Amino acid sequence: MPTRRQAYETRVKRRSAVIAGGSTLGVLAAIVLLVPLAPGWPGVKKSFFNAEVFAKTFPGLLDAFVWDVAIFLWSAPLIFLLGLLIALARDARSPALYPLRLFGMFYTDIFRGVPVILVIYLIGFGIPGLGLPRPWNSPFIWGTVALVLTYSAYVAEVFRTGIESVHQSQRAAAASLGLVNKDVMRYVILPQAIRKVVPANMNLFIALQKDVALLSFIGPVEIFRQAGVYKSLLANFTPYVGAALIFLAITIPATRYADYLLAKQLRERT
Amino acid sequence: MRLLLTTILSSLVATGAFAQNYCAAGKTLLDNKLTVATGNPAYFPWVMDDAPESKNGFEAAVVYAVANEMGFADSAVVWTRSSFDQAIQPGVKDFDFNVQQFSITPERDEIVDFSAPYYAAAMAVLTRKTVVDKGADTSIGALKGLIWGADANTTAVPMLADIVQPDKEPLLYGDNADVVEAMKANQIDAALFDLPTALYLSAVVLEDGVVLGQFPAERSENPDEFGLLFEEGNPLKECVDAALETLKQNGTLAALETEWLSATTGVPVIE
Repeated sequence: MPTRRQAYETRVKRRSAVIAGGSTLGVLAAIVLLVPLAPGWPGVKKSFFNAEVFAKTFPGLLDAFVWDVAIFLWSAPLIFLLGLLIALARDARSPALYPLRLFGMFYTDIFRGVPVILVIYLIGFGIPGLGLPRPWNSPFIWGTVALVLTYSAYVAEVFRTGIESVHQSQRAAAASLGLVNKDVMRYVILPQAIRKVVPANMNLFIALQKDVALLSFIGPVEIFRQAGVYKSLLANFTPYVGAALIFLAITIPATRYADYLLAKQLRERT
Repeated sequence: MRLLLTTILSSLVATGAFAQNYCAAGKTLLDNKLTVATGNPAYFPWVMDDAPESKNGFEAAVVYAVANEMGFADSAVVWTRSSFDQAIQPGVKDFDFNVQQFSITPERDEIVDFSAPYYAAAMAVLTRKTVVDKGADTSIGALKGLIWGADANTTAVPMLADIVQPDKEPLLYGDNADVVEAMKANQIDAALFDLPTALYLSAVVLEDGVVLGQFPAERSENPDEFGLLFEEGNPLKECVDAALETLKQNGTLAALETEWLSATTGVPVIE
């Protein structure tokens, strides 16, 4: 036998569910019914949501997406490593190591301040132009370098906030146990710092998965470029919609997972 | 030559007023003006010095000839710029027609309209002297072994796949300048362009550039023909087609081709 309070709460819950469902349906119905009334809709539908073009180009897009995944997979560990090194450089506390600190600062300033696409252009065409022999002038190599340089600057800043968020007293405690500076960082600070910033880094890696497409500007035919080729040959933007769907299939689960990690961390802290 | 020019000029004058009165009137974006879009930037030899209003360059010259034929004075031609994507996006266009070496294909024709072709482009292989020295020639076998590049927005991409079928996947770029940059960086051996563009790039942009050979425009399958691009269903298309037909009949189009694209003869033919 539910109490009067329980009965009331069930009622309120049911009512909110009905209202939420109703308003969502209303908005959806408005979009589905009103958008096709726009005078340009037939043209937009033909150019962006063309089923025939979609079916024809989707397999090719999936094939090209393998490149995006591959570039992501080999870039991500490099970014993690370099980002960590730069963060450590910025945390160097000995006065003699001040140049290292300065370097870390300039590095993050420069690579966070320049648009990724410019770094990709400058490094992707500039360095191979110096006369490197094949296969060392490959756009895949130098495009990856550009991505790693840019993204490790962001990741370094995330790691730095993680390192700084570990309280000073822990360093003191570790030192009083007789740990040298190197070991304090390795066994006390970093294990906590890295775990704390996992959700923030997840977000960066989701962004990286999307920015891999920028490598298309220096030659690789990955999904964005492949979609562009189809677009140009068919004079139709539907392949871009297909590419967007493929990206979403990867990034939505990843974003949800990052959100879940963040929520879990919050729960553990409180 | 003088006789030809006089004929052309007199025919322009004779048909001008007639044409505008009965065809183009009321069909243009702005009253009594012809708004024409071209690329940003527009490339040599289609438009010289990125200045279409100078009437220099093949496409600029063709546009003014077409305009005059339809009864528009030179001063009534208004230029604007557009990217490839702006040209094919659905919705209202901000140009009467767009001219930037658009190849006419049946698929594109479903989304936009094309005029009758004003030029049949041969495709040509642009490469560097170092590649030729290493033994590249016009045999299909040798071409297959090269690392290829192309502008992703052009019909060169399917041509590469159909005719050359390279051993390695080609690299594709957003515009001519990037293709050339990749060639300078030795990332690609050769690239496929329309012949006039290839000649320009080899002569002016790429220091040791060589045009290895051309695939003739008259090849049996899918000849590459350039057309002026209109919004789907634009009524002005008929007037432009009529003007182009006249220009073809009276030899003006051929004369302009000789004037601006004459260097295209004498390039070895592949196959």
